[in-house]
Amino acid sequence: MDSRLKLSFAVTDAPQGTTALPIEIRDLTKRYGSVYALNSVDLDVHSGEFLTLLGPSGSGKTTLLMAIAGFNRPDSGSIRFGEDEVILTPPHKREVGMVFQSYALFPHMNVAENIGFPLKLRGISGAERATRVEEALETIQLSGFGARNIDQLSGGQRQRVALARAFVFGPRILLMDEPLSALDKKLRERMQIELKHLHRKLGVTTVYVTHDQREALTMSDRIAVINDGELVQLDTPEVIYNSPANAFVADFIGESTMLPLTRDDAGALSFRGQKVGDAGTDQSKDWTLVVRPERLFFAGAGAETDDQTIVLKGVMREAVFQGESEMALVAIDDDTEVAVRFGTGGRASPAGGNTGDQVSIGLDRTDVIIIPGGQAA
Amino acid sequence: MARADADGSRSGRHLHEAALKRQHAREQWSILSLVVPATIVIVLIILIPLSWLFYLSFLGDNGGFSLENYHKMTQYKSYYRIFVTTFQVSILTTLACIALGYPLAFFLAQLPPRWAGVFMLAVLLPFWTSLLVRTYAWLVLLQKRGILNEFAMQVGLWETPIKLVHNMTGTLIGMAHIMLPFLILPLYNAMRKIDKDMMHAAANLGANPINAFWRVYFPLSLPGMVAGSLIVFVLCLGFYVTPAVLGGGRVIMVSNQITAILENQFDWGAASALGVVLLVATTFTLYVAARLFRFDAALFGRD
Amino acid sequence: MTWWSRPAADTQITHGSRLWLYVLSAIIMLLLVAPTLIVVPMSFSDSQYLEFPPSIWSLRWYEEYLGSAKWMRATATSFQVGFLTMLVATPLGIMAAYALFVSRHRATRAIFLLLITPMIVPVILIAIGTFYAYGRVGMNNTIAGLVLAHSALALPIAIIVITAGLRSYDLSQEQVARSLGATRTKAFFLITLPQIRFSVITAALLSFLTSFDEVIIAIFVSGGANATLTKHMFAALRDYIDPTIAAISTIMVILSSALLLLTQFLGSKGRGN
Repeated sequence: MDSRLKLSFAVTDAPQGTTALPIEIRDLTKRYGSVYALNSVDLDVHSGEFLTLLGPSGSGKTTLLMAIAGFNRPDSGSIRFGEDEVILTPPHKREVGMVFQSYALFPHMNVAENIGFPLKLRGISGAERATRVEEALETIQLSGFGARNIDQLSGGQRQRVALARAFVFGPRILLMDEPLSALDKKLRERMQIELKHLHRKLGVTTVYVTHDQREALTMSDRIAVINDGELVQLDTPEVIYNSPANAFVADFIGESTMLPLTRDDAGALSFRGQKVGDAGTDQSKDWTLVVRPERLFFAGAGAETDDQTIVLKGVMREAVFQGESEMALVAIDDDTEVAVRFGTGGRASPAGGNTGDQVSIGLDRTDVIIIPGGQAA
Repeated sequence: MARADADGSRSGRHLHEAALKRQHAREQWSILSLVVPATIVIVLIILIPLSWLFYLSFLGDNGGFSLENYHKMTQYKSYYRIFVTTFQVSILTTLACIALGYPLAFFLAQLPPRWAGVFMLAVLLPFWTSLLVRTYAWLVLLQKRGILNEFAMQVGLWETPIKLVHNMTGTLIGMAHIMLPFLILPLYNAMRKIDKDMMHAAANLGANPINAFWRVYFPLSLPGMVAGSLIVFVLCLGFYVTPAVLGGGRVIMVSNQITAILENQFDWGAASALGVVLLVATTFTLYVAARLFRFDAALFGRD
Repeated sequence: MTWWSRPAADTQITHGSRLWLYVLSAIIMLLLVAPTLIVVPMSFSDSQYLEFPPSIWSLRWYEEYLGSAKWMRATATSFQVGFLTMLVATPLGIMAAYALFVSRHRATRAIFLLLITPMIVPVILIAIGTFYAYGRVGMNNTIAGLVLAHSALALPIAIIVITAGLRSYDLSQEQVARSLGATRTKAFFLITLPQIRFSVITAALLSFLTSFDEVIIAIFVSGGANATLTKHMFAALRDYIDPTIAAISTIMVILSSALLLLTQFLGSKGRGN
């Protein structure tokens, strides 16, 4: 691996932000036969923000990105970059930087020629081109790599060259299609931080596609969760994680156990007779309690539900050591198991006990997540 | 993915729908227009002349529609002999190619790729060499005072020169040599794709090497072998040069007869009818094989 | 442990018990290569009758060939037709292969099948068909007619070779180029074409050879001053064994070997990148 790489890009400049453009997507629809890859999608990407399109494979997130880039022609809809309608604009006139999963570096050109390619197309002369390529190389911390061939680069270096090529001509929008998925875990995590720093430095509106929810949570200003060709939820990572809009989002992002709730006539929602929340004005019949394993803890043997805490009793089924944490499975009845995650450090919560022990698990009322609808989204 | 509503009652304003549709159609056509020049060449050289021959084959002496050209084929014994010869030569050549090609392809597929590439030159060199030159080479080798006869007599295999050329033997030798690469190349590609773990697994499960070969390797190599054999067979059906030169007038295949009819009688109807029969036999073989084995991918390199 | 008692790759069979396969393969390879190569020494014989090995070495048949106006004229025609066929079939093949590769249109499969028909239709039919059709429009014995017919033969080969090249190429490179500001055409010429260049060169060389080596169509539609080398060779072979053919064959073997080695060299260089 490239050991000369420092931990992150040097962030010296303040966000420029002046060149960024908002993207306004309205009613975007793409059908393949009778199947909607995109079903009347509306989406606003703010100027200069880092927005992630997150969804399982086949959800339509890549179709959406390709539509923004101009490589996938929707059936109908509108895409505006700032004031300009671009839905009919060919890709080469959209002025959008794009990074592909495969990097798609040109193997018959060296690093400098790759990065200089968009400048050459814009008729920028040799001397100025060389300066700007050198600046871009500096930004991605690969100064002096200009004369190298592509096959002399490591995976992470290729990734950064692809990135430099996408921003060197000053596009106001940057699109990335799972750019880190080909890297190993360690490098990927480092590149996530670097990309975030770079985004802050360039200030360019960025749309990023991934199926990795952790990556989305790490990098994004906002996340757009896509499923079945529809925009399911659009919000900041914190809100998406803490208040998922429905069971699909709750299940897809983070780990969770879903517990069905009962609703009484007054609108009170309870789990096994313990009230956990209110339906409010929502008249939905089915409700689900979403429990994040790391928000659960082992309560003392005598603990009972009170104003602060909901306590569930059960039997310890299994505890699995996973390195940085430990996962316990607690059966609260014959068909329902709840996962509890806790740290393994010296000051972490003590283990609940041995397999077969009676245990009590607690959940703070502030950590309660309630979503309308059944478990199956 | 979401299903489209049956009644199309999806909300939406269908923004730019017509313009997008027009743009899509325009792009599709501009891409497809790139095949136009090639298509024109094929239409001019293949489609129009073949249709013309087809038409001629159904033309009677009086200038009207007639089946007499086809009828003739069932009447004369000479036609029957020609069809028999054609199939005989094609089948024997194909069998010879399998017998010689399978071991060599197997050998090449076992080698490390670098060495396979070197030995592959032995297959590619004849493949790239003019078949006229190769036919000529066999003519020289097999003639009465040729190298083979001289050598055999020196060693004492036979005493007087044997007639090896200007007959069926010579034709088969020459055809097998010319066709061999067409069998080996697809077969080799199929063998290269056979997962080595398959053979390990078979061995691991207790198959002895011979068993493992026949039960596992051979069936997996079969699609490549069938594809190669088919190419050879079909090419043989329409072969002209080698039987004409090495057959010495004694091996008359359909193609040779077509030429003879045109040279001697200038009878376009009869020649065309024979050509149509040849074409039908060829396409029929390919069609049946494609149906049976579903390997047009192996034949045409497309999936 | 000596090499023959060591197991051969992926089976427990030893090299020793596989010896028969090696010997057999060696014999088959010899049979494949030797007949073509044996013509080379024989062409340097002084004798009327082809001998091997020649008792007296001479360049007599080469002098015969080089001194004959007929052979020289035919050679020039063959090179000319081959070269023109290459110039027609290669760009047309690139265009067709690219379009069929990129297009998602329903008709592509049918078009592909149509374009490879020259590989399926027996050449004798193409020969008499074009002979008949050319007769109607006065194109027999013309260079243009021969080039057109040979291009039809070379097109499927060019298309298949170039399609194989496109398959091992990452088409998203072209998309990147377009997103960076290149039109589709520009992206093709600047990015795609340089990367499928080995396939294109192979297709071009094969197109040339297809035409240069072609016999049957040449017999029918070439003639007079525009008869090809193969047409004269075929006529000479049918009638008597003229040692001049050995000299010409040698030249043809050297030519095709050189082209073959060129593609192998370019191919290995291409893979090395």
